[in-house]
Amino acid sequence: MQHLLDVKDLEVTFALRTGSLIAIHGVNFTVDKGERVGLVGESGAGKSVTGFAIINLISKPGYISNGSVLFNGRDLASLSDEEMRHIRGNRISMIFQDPMMTLNPVLTIGTQMIETLQAHLKISKTDAADIALEKLHKVHIPSPEKRLRQYPHEFSGGMRQRIVVAIALLVDPSLIIADEPTTALDVTIQAEIMDLLRELCESEDTGLILITHDLGVVAQITEKVVVMYSGNIVEMGTTTEIIENPRHPYTKGLIQAIPDKRNPGERLNQIPGVMPTLMDIPPGCSFHPRCTIKGEICTREIPKLKEIDSTGKIVACHMVSAEGEVQ
Amino acid sequence: MRKKWHRFKNSYFLYSFKRDWIAVASFVVFITLVFVSLASPVLAPYDPYDSSSIDVMDAEIPPSWMEGGEERFLFGTDIQGRDLLSTMFYGMRLSVFIGCGAVLLQAFIGILIGMISGYLGGKVDAFLMRIADVQLSFSTMMVAIIISAIFQVAFGVGRYEELAAPLLIIIIGLAEWPQYARTVRASVLGEKSKEYVEAARVIGLSPRRIRWRHILPNALSPVLVISTIQVANAVMSEAALSFLGLGMPITKPSLGSLINAGFEYIFSGSWWITLFPGILLVIFVLVVNLLGDWLRDVMNPKLYKG
Repeated sequence: MQHLLDVKDLEVTFALRTGSLIAIHGVNFTVDKGERVGLVGESGAGKSVTGFAIINLISKPGYISNGSVLFNGRDLASLSDEEMRHIRGNRISMIFQDPMMTLNPVLTIGTQMIETLQAHLKISKTDAADIALEKLHKVHIPSPEKRLRQYPHEFSGGMRQRIVVAIALLVDPSLIIADEPTTALDVTIQAEIMDLLRELCESEDTGLILITHDLGVVAQITEKVVVMYSGNIVEMGTTTEIIENPRHPYTKGLIQAIPDKRNPGERLNQIPGVMPTLMDIPPGCSFHPRCTIKGEICTREIPKLKEIDSTGKIVACHMVSAEGEVQ
Repeated sequence: MRKKWHRFKNSYFLYSFKRDWIAVASFVVFITLVFVSLASPVLAPYDPYDSSSIDVMDAEIPPSWMEGGEERFLFGTDIQGRDLLSTMFYGMRLSVFIGCGAVLLQAFIGILIGMISGYLGGKVDAFLMRIADVQLSFSTMMVAIIISAIFQVAFGVGRYEELAAPLLIIIIGLAEWPQYARTVRASVLGEKSKEYVEAARVIGLSPRRIRWRHILPNALSPVLVISTIQVANAVMSEAALSFLGLGMPITKPSLGSLINAGFEYIFSGSWWITLFPGILLVIFVLVVNLLGDWLRDVMNPKLYKG
């Protein structure tokens, strides 16, 4: 079966004055129709760059230096700007972190929605307004007729993010990339937006790539998880497998860092150290300076992704095998 | 409509305006002057353009309250026997017209170039901004004089005088666009890296639409502020050009050419021909600048002197 999105050996390079930096080192993953995938990692792991690479919108001086992004079998990396514009917002939508910033402050919600529709479909203003109303209904905005004529500053943060979601849904895309959609919102609204996203993806059979550092959110709504560390995939598998039985020491660290309500007051675990900058990635496994189970081989050789058990989970670590931790 | 008015009535804009008596006073004076200049054909007691109504025997009559003054000429007459008050009204109308027209032209050129420069960046930006720099390194007066000299040669003096008003608009417009271009470029640079622009790109809008519909309205508030100051500047430039004899002909005098015409007679005692248009010009430029100052404070809360 053809995948909805097939990212193959994706490599992103930033050409700087001091030389080129590789931000993403050959990443492979797929998203099927209606599948919800979580892209997890710390800040700087390359999650967002991967997201932008998929819609071919990496800001200069970055560019896709290798690999392909097949969307319904078409390579997005090789499309012209014009062709790509018809895909963006039409077949693939994106939702950003901060809803305060992603809506244009001087245009009404209605204008922005109608404009999006008219950029992709040949329809009249009134038809576009009808679709916009319908989508606002879908994201549970009360009295949408009135709301269409309002400006972004007249909405609360949660409402705005719902409007952003409505805009992303306008043209019925088959894939939504959500880049930390709830980071800027408070916790109660986070859950609300997440439920909404999940519900909408389910009812429309839309694929979702959820970029986040919050494993709790990932556990809640995704089916598959991709864990990234300094531009590499370190572990990938179904959500239940990854959450309940993580194998890579980095994934384990991330999961242990989630606050646990069973032991209130207890100190949270943290992964020692920080992610290396792209300037000085350590030789061998890039995680080894922070790793608790590293061996001598980790400082020399870059680990490859390998399947370690029957669940289909793949891990890039020298020290894990089917039997257990250290060989 | 009523809702809009209601919203305006409750706005911070109006509130801060009412609290600032300088702004209110300037606004009242400004509106009066603009009204008077627009309604000058109705308000002015005489028509200075109608040569049949002018009597050279009336030349250089002093203001009415002075010895030798006449009731019918409040501020006296100029050297051709025109009623000074009427001529000033008509002159101010011309000055305001040329000032606003020139600012519109400047804004058009400046916004276009500033937007292209700021949005595209790179070599285009460097090229356009160097042109602006080169032009700014001449004084604007000098550029205006050069352009008007070229126009006078190209059209011939007679034709130039006929076309003086539109030509002055072009001259002053061309001389001062870099101010606009720089302001627009700076605010476009600030806006274009904001997330809503990224979002618009992700939505798949065309770059042209992003530029004019999304970035431009957000980049306009500093433009509004400099526009007021530029109107004052343009009126002054026009007066200065006219004073140098490169502006409006004496048959259709603007404030500047009135000042110039009177200047030759100032030592023979006819000081009023220069003084009254001069005062009017100063008042007009002053209130526009004061309004511009107030507008800048409102539009840019960072400058607000609490």
